[in-house]
Formats: sequence, C-alpha cells, structure tokens
Amino acid sequence: MKLVVAIIRPEKLNEVLEALYRAEVRGLTISRVRGHGGEVEEVETYRGMTVKMELHDKVRLEIGVSDHFVEPTVRAILSTGATGEVGDGKIFVLPVEKVYRIRTGEEDRSAVTPVTGEDSGE
Amino acid sequence: MATINTADTAWMLTATAMVLLMTPAVGFFYGGMVRAKNTLNTMMMSYVALGFVGIAWALVGYSLAFSDGSGLVGGLRFSFLNNVALEPRGSIPHLLFAAYQGTFAVITAALISGAIVERMRFGPYLTFITLWSILVYAPIAHWVWGGGWLGKLGALDFAGGTVVHINAAAAAFVVALVLGARKDYARTAIIPQNVPFTLLGAGLAWFGWFGFNAGSALGANQSAALAFANTMFAPMATLVVWSLLDLMRTGKTTAIGAATAIVVGLVAITPAAGFVSPLSGIAIGGIAAAPSYFALLWRARTRLDDSLDVVSAHGVGGVIGALLTGVLAQRSWNGVADGALFGNPRQLVIQLAAVAATIVYSAIATLVILKAIALASTLRASAREEGIGLDVTQHGEEAYSRGEGAILVHTTGTER
Repeated sequence: MKLVVAIIRPEKLNEVLEALYRAEVRGLTISRVRGHGGEVEEVETYRGMTVKMELHDKVRLEIGVSDHFVEPTVRAILSTGATGEVGDGKIFVLPVEKVYRIRTGEEDRSAVTPVTGEDSGE
Repeated sequence: MATINTADTAWMLTATAMVLLMTPAVGFFYGGMVRAKNTLNTMMMSYVALGFVGIAWALVGYSLAFSDGSGLVGGLRFSFLNNVALEPRGSIPHLLFAAYQGTFAVITAALISGAIVERMRFGPYLTFITLWSILVYAPIAHWVWGGGWLGKLGALDFAGGTVVHINAAAAAFVVALVLGARKDYARTAIIPQNVPFTLLGAGLAWFGWFGFNAGSALGANQSAALAFANTMFAPMATLVVWSLLDLMRTGKTTAIGAATAIVVGLVAITPAAGFVSPLSGIAIGGIAAAPSYFALLWRARTRLDDSLDVVSAHGVGGVIGALLTGVLAQRSWNGVADGALFGNPRQLVIQLAAVAATIVYSAIATLVILKAIALASTLRASAREEGIGLDVTQHGEEAYSRGEGAILVHTTGTER
C-alpha cells in the first residue's frame, strides 16, 4: 500500500476531486493548509501596513491506495491540478507499513479497498 | 408660496439617512452569498457606489433627473448643485430633497452588482456605475418623477418600483450577458460563504426601506403612514408565502430564502406603497412571492449567470408590483388614481407602458455603455484572477486573513 499526499491549489480542488472520482479512487481526506512553494508573494495593504503573504492557501489530499491504484491516482491529480504557473503544488507517494479499517478491523489491502454496495450488505 | 414644514423636514432628514444605510445593507446581503475569496470585492461594489454615484449625482445626475427640461431628460440648471439651496421644494428644503433622491441613485447602481459578482475588474466597474447613474438612472427618474413623459402619462410609481428595481434588473440582465458566466458556474458548486451576513443585510435593508417608501411621501403625513404600514405588512406576507413554498417543495424553510423573500416583498410593494390599502398591500406581498420563487429556480438551470438573482428578485418582483399597483390602487386611500379593480383599467395599461419603456431603454443604454468601456479596457477578470479570488487580485486584501505568513514590508513600494 501507498499513501499519496498531494498539496494542490484550493481553486483546483473540485476539478481534482472530479478526476479522482472518475478514476474510481474512493476514500480520501483533505485539509486546508498554508504553504510556500516559491511562487511570487501577493502584496496586501491594510491602512498604512503593507505585507507580503509568503504563505498561500493550499489543500492537502491524503489518499491511502493499494499499489496498482497509485498510478491512476497520481495521473488524475497531475492532469487536473496544473495551471502551469509556479505554485501548483506537489505529490508525494509514501510507503505505508500498516493500514487498519476501524469499523471492521480489516487490515492492509482489504482495508484500503473501498466497500461496494453489495459488500456492505445493503 | 410653499413654506418649510419642520415636521416634514425632520422626517425627511431621518428618511435620507435610512435610505443611505440600504446600500451597505445590499453589500452585506450580496457579500454573504458569494465565496469567501470574493467577499470584499462584492461588498465594495456596493460601498463604492456611495462615493462614485453619489458625487456624480451632486455634479450632474440630480439636474438631469429633476431640473426642467424635455419630457425625456432634465436640463443643467441644477448641475453642480447650482440653484439648489435651502428654499422650499414642497414643504422641505430643496437641498434635502436633492440629497434624499441621491440615496436612490446610489442604491440603484449598487443593486446591479449582484448580477456580476466574482468576475468583473474593478476599474471598469467604477466607470460603469458612474456613467450608468448619469445616462440611465437620471433620465428614467426624470421620466417618472422629474416632470417627464411617464409622470405626465399618469404612471404610478410611489417609491421607485420602475425607476429603481425594474431599471436595475434590466441593466443587471444585460451586464450578466455581456460579461458571461463565471468560469466555475454550473461546473462546480458555488455556495454562500456567510448566510448570517445575508440575513443581516436583509434586515438592515428592511429598516432602511421605511425611509425609502414612507419617505417618498416627502413629508410626515397620512401618505407616509400608509406607505410605512404597507412596507411593513407586504414583506411579512411574502415571507409567509415564500416559507410555505419552501416547506412544500423541500420540507425545509431556508434562511437564504427568508432573506430573499423579504427583499422581494419590499421590491413588490415599492411602487404601490402609498397608493393601495393595507389589505391590498398584503395581497401584493403574498402574490409576489410565487413568481420570484419559481423564477429563481428556473434561472439556476440556465446559462444566465445572474449570480445573485437580481432579475428574479428585483425584475420579476418589480414588474409584479408595478402591474398590481395598476390593479389595486385606490383613490379613497391615495387621492390620486384608481386601479383596474376600482373601475380604471386604463391605469394597468399605463403601468405596462412604464415597465416596457424602462426595460427597453435601460437594457439598450446599458449595452452601449458597456461596449464603450470595453473599447478602452477589459471588463472581465482573467481566469487566473477568478481562481485566486477578486479580493486579493482587485483589492490587495482578504476578508478572513489569518495572518500566517504575512511578512511586514516596511517601506511601501520597495523590494527587500
């Protein structure tokens, strides 16, 4: 299993999510983060105070996937997250030692495989 | 010779301040419905009208609307507030009348902005509302209230259903078409960032609207009392009907719906406020709910990105109000004219003519102004600017900055 961590632009989130959905990647966590990847700072002014915003709003996606799902996941993010300008973000693919599904106690591969409608007994 | 009445003057001083408050209220109403990254830009679209349109009004707009001229437009006798002093106009000082009417010009321009939020560059916007207030608002105000042809024809518009709301909605429709839809429109969910702002805006607008409608009696008199009561009861009726429609359609009564209902009710009663009985006022408020409610639902399925539904709220609500004024006006209440229901069907025809003339002129003139501005500059923000948001790209500020990563630059304009 791998953990795919992607830092992307917030305005690209919906497109990326849509692409992930189409690639049948299910089960992810997002968080709002702030970071700096070398892009030009925005200058803001509040009364007499001028500031440079060194940190920009970004969204971090964390997606636990089985090995053969790494490629489609990364493809989906690359194809929709890019604007071509500095600041589009990064994708990190990390090895994962163990995965547990809390609800059932399942481990590893079966824990990262999404439950389909039939399996959940509905 | 008319003389100044101090009670009338006291009321009109108050009413003027109340109507001025409506423009910031519109800023909150609209600002709550956009995304967080466009909050300041949306609110500024209303706030700057206080400056740019207000000064344009003092310099030339007031004269074009209210000085003697032709049936189509006033003259320049009052330009730069010349010949506008403390002499009586009616029973209040002329200068107070000019200030009161100025607050109407300001809010009418601000209302248009709801159709074009989250995508217009700010410089062209400033140019647009300034020119629009002079070339569209002032002449139409002259037609109805300044001695122009619609007033002479007998069109009833107590406080500006046609001049303010239908006019703004026709312009809003055209600007939304010319600018085109937001890049995310109908592609991703665009949801309101702060619904309490919208509720606050609707509440403040209602308060200000008592100055707008009851102030249009231009005195502390019986007509003002009638307009005041109608301004209270009509939106109440709209709120009830709207809530029930919401409840029947989705099983839930929405807060944005309630805020919208209040505005629609206020819009609908505006032309009728001093002309119809209180029971007719309640009827107008109740009836007006349904067309706007369904217009909103229908519009959202079209490609027309009238983002905050200026056409559905102010256009549809305004037309319903203007026409029902022609039906329900009662001479026993207003001393001026009866409507179709009280034996004067011709009034309805006159109302229809006023509505049609306003829509046609406002739409065409708005289109011409926009095309002229587009020759000199670009109206639309770039896709990149839309993505980042107009607060940072147009104003260099954020509504909800957390200050993380903000590095103080000591001398403005120099690089470290």
